[in-house]
Amino acid sequence: MSRLLHAALLSAGIALAAGGAVAQPIQVGVTISTTGPAASLGIPQRNSIALLPTEIDGHKIEYTVLDDGADTTKAVANIRKLIDETHADVIIGSSTTPASMAMIDVAAEKKVPMISLAASARLVSPMDDQRRWVFKVPQNDSLMADAIAEHMAKAGVKSVAFIGFNDAYGDGWAAEFGRAAKAKGIEIVATEKFARTDQSVTGQALKMMAAKPDAVLVAGSGTPAALPQKTLKERGYTGKMYQTHGIANNDFLRVGGKDVEGTVLPVGPIVVAAQLPDSNPIKAQALKYVNAYEAANGPGSVAAFGAHAYDAGTLMAAAIPAALKKAKPGTPEFRAALRDAMEAQKDLVMTHGIATMSPTEHNGFDTRARVMVVIDNGKWKLLP
Amino acid sequence: MDSTIGLILVQDGVINGAIYALLALSLVLVFTVTRVIFIPQGEFVAYGALTYAALDNGQLPGSVWLLCGLGVAAALAGLWRRQVSARLLALTLALPALVLAVAIWAAPRRLGVAFDAALTLAIVAPMAPYLYRIGFQPLAEASVLVLLIAAVGVHLAMVGLGLVFFGPEGWRATALPAPSLALGDLPVPGQALWIVGLAIALMLALFAFFELTLFGRALRATAVNRLGARLVGIGTAQSGLIAFAIAGAIGALSGILIAPLTTVYYDSGFLVGLKGFTAAIIGGMAAYPPAVLAALAVGLLESFASFWASAFKEVIVFTAIIPVLLWRSLRHGPAEEEE
Repeated sequence: MSRLLHAALLSAGIALAAGGAVAQPIQVGVTISTTGPAASLGIPQRNSIALLPTEIDGHKIEYTVLDDGADTTKAVANIRKLIDETHADVIIGSSTTPASMAMIDVAAEKKVPMISLAASARLVSPMDDQRRWVFKVPQNDSLMADAIAEHMAKAGVKSVAFIGFNDAYGDGWAAEFGRAAKAKGIEIVATEKFARTDQSVTGQALKMMAAKPDAVLVAGSGTPAALPQKTLKERGYTGKMYQTHGIANNDFLRVGGKDVEGTVLPVGPIVVAAQLPDSNPIKAQALKYVNAYEAANGPGSVAAFGAHAYDAGTLMAAAIPAALKKAKPGTPEFRAALRDAMEAQKDLVMTHGIATMSPTEHNGFDTRARVMVVIDNGKWKLLP
Repeated sequence: MDSTIGLILVQDGVINGAIYALLALSLVLVFTVTRVIFIPQGEFVAYGALTYAALDNGQLPGSVWLLCGLGVAAALAGLWRRQVSARLLALTLALPALVLAVAIWAAPRRLGVAFDAALTLAIVAPMAPYLYRIGFQPLAEASVLVLLIAAVGVHLAMVGLGLVFFGPEGWRATALPAPSLALGDLPVPGQALWIVGLAIALMLALFAFFELTLFGRALRATAVNRLGARLVGIGTAQSGLIAFAIAGAIGALSGILIAPLTTVYYDSGFLVGLKGFTAAIIGGMAAYPPAVLAALAVGLLESFASFWASAFKEVIVFTAIIPVLLWRSLRHGPAEEEE
């Protein structure tokens, strides 16, 4: 009896060992900003990582999620730790542009592909030896800025006052929108800055109103972007209002209330997934994510920022089968093959758009990755 | 810029200045009595605002659990130091339990802004004396630097816990009921009247407290000379507790006052506190009237700087401290720490 048991245990052990050898797990290192000033991006992203596949082609996928608090030093320490200690095959992160920028050096040095969840086009262009290893899933700001300038031109706006965050996000938008507005012959009559935690933007609001613009564009992310708009309304501004895709979560609608009605902004299609025509391939993908997220985190909890993490997962998952054919996980060859496979993706449907990568293009989105919406009765409404 | 814009900027500056003045007052109070530079003052503003906003939205604020936790920790700290009394247990265990019960009962019922404001004060203000019992009382004789480091530690812990309790997004609350006035062309919102009115009332109340009551005089005596105060029988730990309680209450009240004006985040408090601190520094960290005047100046400077050069607003506000410090050190020479 005991011999029989022994034999059974032994064969089970062999089977386990053999299984382990066949299905070497793929290590995914994630560093995102779940605390600090970018926590409103990082928290939904962390929740989305939990929805990513845990097995592809018989290989288990293991995720290690670290928090960098939107701190560049911490982000670099995290990516080193993920690569050296958990032997990550691919890195997802970080949530903000400065942190992601700092991580590029390490990803290139260790030759590990990295998928950033930050928006700036500078992360993947101009393409060089280091940026070869970097991919980026959020839309370029320029794509969104063009959409705003186009809408303004159509609506007959001739002059615009701009107010943005006094950080990388606001500065990036000031530059991008300046370019887009110039192309459409729109004049920027005031450029103001404010901080995320400012108590009052009365001074900036008055200065913008004194310039008598046809429209005001606020470039901020999340609920802080509501403050300039509320102040303008309080001071009697009645012109058109534009915001950027940085505000597309339900908390903005809650904080903004009635004062943000009628605001026009470009967003990723996921924000209005249910209103998209059925012929749009993004609709199914986006609704799949929304349903999975809300099943795990409660109804109404979904935010566009979290979907970027899901898109990073989609890009990775699409590339893994091809890479597995070339090499075993955990080897430099596998990481290089994974990078090549990501770069070879064509018409990959994500929640925010449809990406076609190339050796010079590591974002890959086109105009299908944005729609214009208006805030109508406290809801996002798709504009035709 | 015309006169209307100028007037609106002045009004905005005075409103913010009044909040900074309240914070500067409590910073000066805590520093003179306990030698603690109370960095977490700003967190009390954020906690006050967010707790009030949560109650206003009919939710149970997470901060009430922190109150209970700190109360239990303060009771244990008392036990450890063998200072158990019925009064200590009532203040550190019964009070949070009572507040918790009231909050759970009242939160979904939305009993109106006045009740919410009072409950917010009851939730947030006692945290300060508990923190004193837990963290600062055992260090009472340590150097200013050690106390400062302890205060920074408390600040970091409270910011982190704030993210857990209130989440990363900002909140706003309903304004306290008040009619809005018009001074000539200038509309004055009701909330502005509340802020300036309450700030003046609080300053007068503090003045009366220090001049007329025994506790107030004990605080002043402790501030002037700790050893001397002890020799004449004033409990310096008691004075520290009262100073912290006043600072906590002023912080929470400032939070309630700004919550309807702006969106408040779990980490908003630090910058607000820092501006109060700037004012307190300009006032020399010792005297109340200069600190109040400096706070108004900081508010006005901030308001006009945001009109003329919004990108450099914080730079302008915080560099204003340098000439003042230069002038003070030239006039008085470097300050030695008293022992």
